[in-house]
Amino acid sequence: MLEAVGLAAVRGDRRLFTGLAFSLAAGELLYVHGPNGSGKTTLLRMLCGLVLPEAGEVRWEGHSIRKLGEDYRRELLYLGHAAALKDELTALENLRVASALQGRPVSERQALEALDALGLEDCADLPVQVLSQGQKRRVALARLYLTPVRIWILDEPFTALDKKAVAGLEQTLANHLRGGGLVVLTTHQEVMLTAAVAKTIAMGSWGD
Amino acid sequence: MWAALRSMVMRDLTLAVRRVADVLTTLFFFVIVVSLFPLGVGPEMETLRVIAPGVVWVAAILASMLALGRLFGNDYSDGTLEQILLAPQPLSLLVAAKVLAHWLVTGLPLVLMAPLLGLQFGLEGEALWTLWWTLLLGTPAISLIGAVGAALTLGLRGGSVLVSLLVLPLYIPVLIFGAGAVEAQVSGLGATAHLSLLGAIAVLALCFAPLAAAAALRISLD
Repeated sequence: MLEAVGLAAVRGDRRLFTGLAFSLAAGELLYVHGPNGSGKTTLLRMLCGLVLPEAGEVRWEGHSIRKLGEDYRRELLYLGHAAALKDELTALENLRVASALQGRPVSERQALEALDALGLEDCADLPVQVLSQGQKRRVALARLYLTPVRIWILDEPFTALDKKAVAGLEQTLANHLRGGGLVVLTTHQEVMLTAAVAKTIAMGSWGD
Repeated sequence: MWAALRSMVMRDLTLAVRRVADVLTTLFFFVIVVSLFPLGVGPEMETLRVIAPGVVWVAAILASMLALGRLFGNDYSDGTLEQILLAPQPLSLLVAAKVLAHWLVTGLPLVLMAPLLGLQFGLEGEALWTLWWTLLLGTPAISLIGAVGAALTLGLRGGSVLVSLLVLPLYIPVLIFGAGAVEAQVSGLGATAHLSLLGAIAVLALCFAPLAAAAALRISLD
């Protein structure tokens, strides 16, 4: 169970949110929405432990994620705004390096299968810099197939994807939730997310 | 964990091979700066022999400053640094792996090139060897200390200037013992003391710099 207790964030001298709290159990989805600059990304990065909350704390299975440290990060996959891919490496190399860093090295075959699942089999050996925006996004998303972790934190995962890829991702998210995973995501697109429990946080616009 | 560290080093080496211009800039900068001195100072062998260690060392330090921005800069802008911070491995070890790869592509070529450049200054035999040893022991310390500065100034405007102001004073001990060793060897005192101190600085830097750089990275990405 992922819990947030009284979270507050300040960026510069602007208060983004205060007293934000929620809890997310296995199989539940949290959908964060709000206008640009309302602190969605800050909240997501805070849930990963990249940003320290101004007040409050994030808990995983009842323990503060600050204390859990590596044990928490082992359960976590975060895909941020940037695709986190190296332009000079091929799609395949990128995936294998990312998985090894996550502490779960994968074979070339496994990585190829993940790329296949996203329709990228022809791009596997191309350097990422020649891929289109949507293809890059799909290479980044291929990690969802490779790392069997419980918490997925996804910042705008649907950006730049075509219809077919959006449907595929919706299906992947639904499978993950059915298997007892947790998903936190932000998106501006209208997507059909089928989760047993879907929670929503509406972030205020700036100035509120 | 070893798999993660190895893949980190291999990744950075692969990137360096595919972006070989970056590596060569550092090396050429070093070669050219060192070669300018004999031209500027004149062909007086005695003078050249005296200034040689200092010139080579200052050039090596400046060349390494040139490469420092790339240590974390590229990973920061494409988002891979966030993933490194989120990896379930001790961040200081991952930082150490990155610094190792960085030294292999920016420091080691300077070390290998230095004896050749020393010849331009009329250094011979033992003096040349001593210079080589000081660089071999000193450049890893330079990379490690530089990593702390690079991590602290990550994402700041004018970060490259700030990092020079921050890091160059910290290089002074390395410079003093590095350049001093050759002089001591030539004058017959023996360079053992200088080399031991350089080694000690390198070991200290290896113990503490990755921890400090890791903490600085966490602050920079907050």
